[in-house]
Amino acid sequence: MSTETNPGPGITGGGGAEEDMAANRRARRLLFGCAAITVVTTLAIFFVLLDNAASYFFGARFTEMLLGASAERSVTFTEFFTGARWAPDHATPAHGVLPIVFGTLAITVGAAFVSIPIGTATAIYLSEYASDGVRAKLKPTLEILAGIPTIVYGYFAIAFINPVVLSPIAETLFGINIGRYSMLSGMLVVGIMTIPMVSSISEDAMSAVPDDLRNGAYALGATKFDVSTKIVLPASISGVFASYILAVSRAIGETMAVTLAAGFNANITPNPFDEIMTMTAYMVSMARGTTAVGTVEYQSLFAVGLLLFVMTLAMNLCNDWFKRRFQEEYR
Amino acid sequence: MATDHESEPTTNDAQLITTDVQATGTGRNGEPTEPVVTARDLDVHYGAEQALNDVDIDIPEHRVTAIIGPSGCGKSTFLRCVNRMNDQIDSCRIDGELSFHGKNVYDEDVDPVALRRKIGMVFQKPNPFPKSIYDNVAYGLRVQGMAGDVDLDAAVERALRGAALWDEVNDQLDSSGLDLSGGQQQRLCIARAIAPDPEVILMDEPTSALDPVAASKIEDLIDDLADEYTVIIVTHNMQQAARISDKTAVFLTGGNLVEFDETPTIFENPADDRVEDYITGKFG
Ligand SMILES: Nc1ncnc2c1ncn2[C@@H]1O[C@H](COP(=O)(O)OP(=O)(O)O)[C@@H](O)[C@H]1O
Ligand SMILES: [Mg+2]
Repeated sequence: MSTETNPGPGITGGGGAEEDMAANRRARRLLFGCAAITVVTTLAIFFVLLDNAASYFFGARFTEMLLGASAERSVTFTEFFTGARWAPDHATPAHGVLPIVFGTLAITVGAAFVSIPIGTATAIYLSEYASDGVRAKLKPTLEILAGIPTIVYGYFAIAFINPVVLSPIAETLFGINIGRYSMLSGMLVVGIMTIPMVSSISEDAMSAVPDDLRNGAYALGATKFDVSTKIVLPASISGVFASYILAVSRAIGETMAVTLAAGFNANITPNPFDEIMTMTAYMVSMARGTTAVGTVEYQSLFAVGLLLFVMTLAMNLCNDWFKRRFQEEYR
Repeated sequence: MATDHESEPTTNDAQLITTDVQATGTGRNGEPTEPVVTARDLDVHYGAEQALNDVDIDIPEHRVTAIIGPSGCGKSTFLRCVNRMNDQIDSCRIDGELSFHGKNVYDEDVDPVALRRKIGMVFQKPNPFPKSIYDNVAYGLRVQGMAGDVDLDAAVERALRGAALWDEVNDQLDSSGLDLSGGQQQRLCIARAIAPDPEVILMDEPTSALDPVAASKIEDLIDDLADEYTVIIVTHNMQQAARISDKTAVFLTGGNLVEFDETPTIFENPADDRVEDYITGKFG
């Protein structure tokens, strides 16, 4: 250390200060770079989807148009958004996206009817009723369920839910012969898959409710059920609702399980034993490699992908809005 | 029982109560009072640790009984025995007898939910529910299934008046209980406790989280409450015990009830030296 300069009150850090601050700046830049990668990737995905989807609707990508390619109508928005037949790869093609949007929404709603009640009840059980011993066993089990690859759920649907559980029911009760795939099987398997998501996030929210509130209610002669439903659930509602939205987003984007469970037949049907096709299932079937780049069916992938992207984005915005609207109220 | 080593093998509840009346003496108006809560040989353990040791006490009706003593001497534990809130604590084990109107609350046929409907509780930290003021006060009536039988609006008003809060909140019953100040929140919790009209109100250091002005409002309120309810209040503030209570129980380390008597006697002329030391600040 140089002795000529005024050492000050000991806050300049001596000779190493310059290097420390430089290292600090480097760390900061590195961390920012990592954070930026995710943002850039998201933007890039959105841009690629948008650019390619343009060629589906306008006959040329935006980037091509900038270079002088002329826009000519290929598939009209009216046909895309209102047409009731989806068969872009057919000899007589049809470009109405509604049947596969129906497929996706039907699976999502059906799955929510499975995952939300069962997941919420499981969360209440874990947080309010289960003894420490039971909780210690049940929680890891649920986490295992959440970690199973979705393709395995798909095989579970195709090998068990559909043939062993649903087929006899359809046959004996309704006289319907069900095929390899069914909408109901897709709803059930996606519902089961997303139970752990609902239960684990909801349970975290419920456990965070202070015991003071529970004791206040017990001291007034509330039963465990009163406390669970009238104190804990309302107090944790924003976290619980976040888990629902997450599960629904997951169901919208779910691909492998739903493709194997619900099938490849794009149609709008009220019959839960019918084969249907979701947006993701369509994308899987088109992306298998036999589809030539530049064909309309290739371009349709990006249009459907973009629509899916927008739907999940809407769910996320909904989640943010709800979080702000229903802040956890207890201190 | 086959092996009864009591000196009086025929002791039953009725006899217990008669002797206790003599032991308890007279109430505020000079009439004899019956004990509402009685403990006999009450031992409480948390796991291996003993929190109450052989406690015997008769708590009189319609009076304020203060429980004082140093931190960790079992005051809260005793209070939680009375309404069985100790049931919530897995490691807690209770031996001996704790009776409410002569009935041991730890008998197998006692439903703790029903018991808590007769014994309200106010906690150290104000803990209003994240609900409206109205719903906070109505909560007990609703869970107790009384909401259909009584005029809920009138009951809520009565409880808020009883807790000296009505004038401050009558125009904002729909706003959240959490928007009130700390002292108001605690009075809301008192209103919530008295709304279902219990017989006993347990208070565990109800003013220790409040500023002195808010605390003194609660103290005034406690005095009024004793006209209708039996109040058992834990406090580590001896001046407060001296100001507001009729009788005082002194617990000392190890969960022992050392002395229980009229409050002036405890503070001016305690029988036990350890109590004298504690009161004068030599101990605890
Ligand atoms: N939930 C509990 N689990 C284990 N031990 C406890 C629990 N509550 C209190 N205790 C123990 O019991 C003793 C008495 O505690 P408490 O009744 O809270 O005393 P006080 O209210 O007089 O301060 C203390 O030693 C405390 O550590
Ligand atoms: Mg205490």
